[in-house]
This record gives sequence, structure tokens and C-alpha cells, in this order.
Amino acid sequence: MGLHKTQYTGLAGWFDARMPTVMVEYKKHLAEYYAPKNLNFWYIFGSLSIVVLAIQIITGIFLTMHYKPDARYAFESVEYIMRDVPGGWFIRYMHSTGASAFFVVVYLHMFRGLLYGSYRKPRELIWIFGCLIFLCLMGEAFFGYLLPWGQMSYWGAQVIVNLFAAIPLIGPDLSVLIRGDYVVSDATLNRFFAFHVIAIPLVLIGLVAAHILALHDVGSNNPDGIEIKDRLDANGKPLDGIPFHPYFTVHDIYGLGIFLMAFFGVLFFFPEMGGYFLEWNNFIPADPLTTPAHIAPVWYFTPYYSILRAVTTEFMWVLAIGVAAYGVLLFFAFRAPMAKYLSLGIALVVALVMLPVSPIALDPKFWGVVAMGASVMIFFGLPWLDQSPARSMRYRPGWHFWMLMAFVVVFLVLGYFGTQPPSPANQYTSQVGTILYFAFFLLMPWWSRMGEPKPVPDRVTFAAH
Amino acid sequence: MKKLISALLLAAGSLLAATAHAAGGAGIHMDRFPVAKTKDLAALQNGARIFANHCLNCHGANLMRWNRLQDIGLSDAQIKDFLIFGDQKVGDTMKVAADAKDGKAWFGKTPPDLSVIVRARTSFDYKGTDYLYTLLRGYYRDNSVAHGWNNVAYPNIAMPHILWEQQGPREATIEQIAHTDKGYVRTTSVYDAAGNVTVKTEPLSGHAKEGIEFSFKPADPAKARKFDEDVADLVAYLAFMTDPSATARTRIGVWVLVFLVFFTALAWWMNGKFWRDVK
Repeated sequence: MGLHKTQYTGLAGWFDARMPTVMVEYKKHLAEYYAPKNLNFWYIFGSLSIVVLAIQIITGIFLTMHYKPDARYAFESVEYIMRDVPGGWFIRYMHSTGASAFFVVVYLHMFRGLLYGSYRKPRELIWIFGCLIFLCLMGEAFFGYLLPWGQMSYWGAQVIVNLFAAIPLIGPDLSVLIRGDYVVSDATLNRFFAFHVIAIPLVLIGLVAAHILALHDVGSNNPDGIEIKDRLDANGKPLDGIPFHPYFTVHDIYGLGIFLMAFFGVLFFFPEMGGYFLEWNNFIPADPLTTPAHIAPVWYFTPYYSILRAVTTEFMWVLAIGVAAYGVLLFFAFRAPMAKYLSLGIALVVALVMLPVSPIALDPKFWGVVAMGASVMIFFGLPWLDQSPARSMRYRPGWHFWMLMAFVVVFLVLGYFGTQPPSPANQYTSQVGTILYFAFFLLMPWWSRMGEPKPVPDRVTFAAH
Repeated sequence: MKKLISALLLAAGSLLAATAHAAGGAGIHMDRFPVAKTKDLAALQNGARIFANHCLNCHGANLMRWNRLQDIGLSDAQIKDFLIFGDQKVGDTMKVAADAKDGKAWFGKTPPDLSVIVRARTSFDYKGTDYLYTLLRGYYRDNSVAHGWNNVAYPNIAMPHILWEQQGPREATIEQIAHTDKGYVRTTSVYDAAGNVTVKTEPLSGHAKEGIEFSFKPADPAKARKFDEDVADLVAYLAFMTDPSATARTRIGVWVLVFLVFFTALAWWMNGKFWRDVK
């Protein structure tokens, strides 16, 4: 058997002759992966989310060594880690701060996608993998939050699992299947533990690999939203591209330093982050007989929670009319008769099932769950909803940018009201927010085409350092 | 980029405006716990002593080991000789002297474990230390309650005023402004030292701020002041117990941040060196 002919000498040569894959992949993904040279601050959050994923996995392994997934000992064992395990408080705070940090970097990463149109053709698959990662992350956070077995862990899980009971026909059985019991109990804790430490992380890592491989096939987008691969030099390398390593590795290390200052600043000085990263009520052990006066999910779920709470019987009128009107809009938008009548028909049937007075109406609670689910799933549709001729906000009409910022404000306001106890003002704000949230996405095929785009340059805009 | 930053600031501003509108719930205003006590070893030790002598009779601290008191300057011998009653070892957790079932029979509910009580009683409205400082100094005699005590921070509390002898008798004045169908009404209840109440109701004209105000008139002000000090020490100890690693954490944190400043400066310099050739 002959060895692979290698260009390297010494140990590297020995290794390369036996496993050439390593150098090939190193070149493909790092040394000869050409990234646009104008990537800015917003491009740091992808690599930061890998760092946070690593933090979560490593600290998670150590937590698993000491944590007891048993309803009798779970709460105590977390405090045992915080008090008696050497360095345990550091590991635990890393994990709890890391959970929130994960959502911070992922939300900023997603915002970058919206700002520069990173999901547009040919990057739809990267975006879909990213949305799947986001779904996994939400599942991971939800399952993990039960493990400390405090009051918020317990009642939060109870509320969310009960939502599944609102699904017609299969709902009640489904919620029992998820819990493994009629209420959240030791059985629930054990299965959530299994999902949190092995099932979801496995899927998550697979999706992260797919996300990065898909990215490296088509190449990164950039703040100008133009394809660097359209302009190549004599060697076939993009004129505006530079190797990821070393240029973006040094960039990312610098960004990592700044991120870690914020991360450790929180961890060492405000580990509870004012009750947003570690909820105060979760320092009370889970008590199935005492329902807390106010059950709020952790901050990163609150925008969707607000949408869930916004759906009341009265609000169903608004939703039903909205769905019917959207069906009419689609009827006039589509050219093909099939698409025309199908979309109108589906919209009218859905509206009929939504309308509180209709004989086949479903419970508003169910529609609340649908609205909450839709508010997350709608991100998948962005590559097709966005019809703007220019990819990046830089070259789209100025008011498109303000539409995006208005969406950010709506998202934050919904998030804030999701942390607050229910009140009429809260409900009204959440309902207006819900309408604006969906309008931003569902009307995007129309508004993103409106206005005069600015001329897009041939080459990226870059000022040397 | 500048536009983006100003837009983000605008978004943050409008969010702040929304939150300012929603904040500000009803309820009483908590007294400020003197925070400096948490760094005062003598205060923490005095707090630990009060805790072991009084609180531990009914409440446990099952997550807290006796020998962790080394962190507030006590030796194992001191812990064993002065603080532990019964046959517990210094490596044990602080177990309750009374039976949980007895507690439930005596007070109507099992006295909660106090290991993480400061964190558990913190909310978006006030800190757990402020709440406990107000609660433990907020008792007044009230004959309408079975055990004879009521509390401004926790109305109809199940726990009687264990330390009343240290505080001495007091007269309490509770003034509540509430909105009723007859407009705003101020109700002033004066509880004398024996627990007899005199209630006075007066309608207020126009708009008034709803809420509860309270004040106390101790029979022996010097004694009551000494009691305030002791309660502050006790709350400082409870704050220590809720998160014993806090002192080490903030100390290490400073060095971690100092390291990161150097690390980031180095990374910034290295970044500049590499990016110089990118034209």
C-alpha cells in the first residue's frame, strides 16, 4: 500500500501521508476559506455562539457529575454544587450566565441576518439550519430550566406543558406523554434531564456542523450584501476576500476578549442579573401545592410568551379578520388560479375556525399556542418573504431600515411585558405588539419591494486599518 | 454605523419609557438595610450568634454547613462551643431543633428553610435584605391575631415576634390611603403597646397617592435602636448564608477582569498588526 504523497515534512508529513483529510479540511475551512474583508462588528456573534456552546457543554459535563436528577434532591444538589463542590459556584454561574449569553449572541446574530439580508439566495439553507438551531436552543433552555427544581422551574414547566393540552383531540394525551405523569413530577424531571444532557445537544451539534458547512460552501455575506465570488483574481480567489485564518481568527479573538469582559463581569458581580438570568422565585424549592402569584418565563422567551397571552376571546375577532383579509390579499397577489383560490380558501376556513361565534371555533387558548408557535416559525420564511431588490439595508430605501428598527422595538416591548404580571395595559400592549410583529413579516413581500433602492457598488466598501 | 447606533439608542429609550410607565406597584416602602454590615466581620458573627440562638429553633438552614462559618472568621472550636446546640458536628448542615411536623402544628405552616431566604425574598421591587430588615423590625401588637402579633411587611404573618423582649413595647401607626367608591380615603390605625386598635377614617378630596405608611413609637428608644443594630447584623448574616461564595467571587472577579483587559489589549494590538496588510 502506498502512502499519500505529501508536501509536508517531519511529523506533519507523517500525519498528512496517513490522514490527508486534516490538511484538506483545515485549508477549506480556515486557511483558504475566503471571507469578505469588510465584515464588521456584527459578524462576531457567530463565532461567539460557538464559544458559548463550548462553555455550556464543558460546564454542563461538570454539573452533571454532581447534580441529582431526582425530585427529592435536585434543588439541594444545585445548592450543594454552589456551596460544597470546589469551584462549583463558578461552574454553575458559568452555565446559568451562559444560557442567557447564548440567547444574547444568537439574537444579535439573527439581527445581523436581517440587517444585511444574509438569508437571501443562495444562503436559504444556512438560514434554515440556523432557525433549527434556534428551535433546539429554545428546547434546550426549556428542558434545562426544570432541573434546578425551584418554583419557577416547576410552574414554568407546568404552564408550558399544559399548552400542549390545548391541541384538539391529541392534546391531553400528548401533555401526559411529555410529562410522564398527570402533573410535573420526578418522571418529568428525569426525562427533561435526558433531553437536556444528551438528546438535544446531539441534534444541536449536528445542526451547527450543517450550518457552518453550508456557509463555507456558498461563502459569507457581507455588510454590502454583494457576492465577492463574482469578482475573482487571476488565481481564482475573490478580489475582496481574505483568508479566514489568520485575519478573522485574530479579529474574533479580539471580539472574544470584549465579550468575555461582559460575560465575566456579569458572572462575578451580578450572577442573578437583577432576577433576569436567575429568577428570584427559583430560590424557593418546587412546591406542587403552592402556585406562585406570578409565573414568568426567563427573559429570552418573554416576547413569545406575550404573544401567547395576547390571544383572548375578543382578540380572536381581530385575528380572524386579519387572516381573512390576508387571504384576500393573497388572492389578488397570486397570478395562477390554483394559488389564488387555494390561498383564499384556506384563509377563509382558518378564519371560520377562529371566529368565536362560529360553531366549529376552537378554544382561544389553542390559537394562543398557534400564535406563539407561528411567531417563532415565521423566521423560517424570511428568505422568501423578503423581496427587496437589494440584499443589504445599506442599499435599501432608508425607511426599510426604520421598519426593521420598529420591529426590534416591538420585539423588546413584547419581551418586557412578558416579564410583567398580567394587567389590562399589559394585555392591550401585547395585542398591538402581536399585530405589528406579524404584520412586519406577513406584509414583507409587499413593503420590501416598495421604495427606490440605492445603487449597489461592484466592490465592497472597505477602508484599510 | 452611526445611524445604527443612534437607532439602537432610540429603541432602548422607547423601551425605557415603556418600562417606566409600567413600573411602580402598590405596597409598602421597605426600609433600607445598612449594606456595609455585610463586610463587617463582627456584625456577621453577631448575626450568626442570633441566628443560632433564636432562628434555628424553628427554621433550618439545611444547605449551610456549620464549618462554612470559618468564612466569617470563626474557628471550628468556636463554632462547636458557642453556636452548636446538641450533638451536631461542624461538618453537618444547620438542622432545625424542632420537628417540621411540630412547626406545622404550632404555626399552621412549616417554617421555611432559611439557607437561601435573602435571594428567595428578593423581587423586582425590593431587595431581600431590605424586606427582611423591614419584616423583623415591623412587628406590632395586635389582639385580633391569635398569637397576638401582626407585621407591616407581612400582614397576618404566622411567625410571632420571637425577639420582642429585645425590642421592648412599641406603639404602631399604620396609615393607608386607598381608592374606594367614595373616592380616596385615609385610614389611620393606631395599635397601642397592648394591641388595642383605634381606627380613624377620613375622606380625602381630589386625587391622592395610594399606599401604606407606617411608624412606630418605642417605649424605650435606646433599646429599640440597639435592636435595629442586632436585626441588621442578623440580616447581614442571612445575606452571607444565601450566597457564601460572594466574597471570594467578587475578589476573584476583579483579577479576572484585570487579566481580560490585558488580554483584550494584546488581541487588539495583534489584530492591528495582521490587518495592516489588508488594503
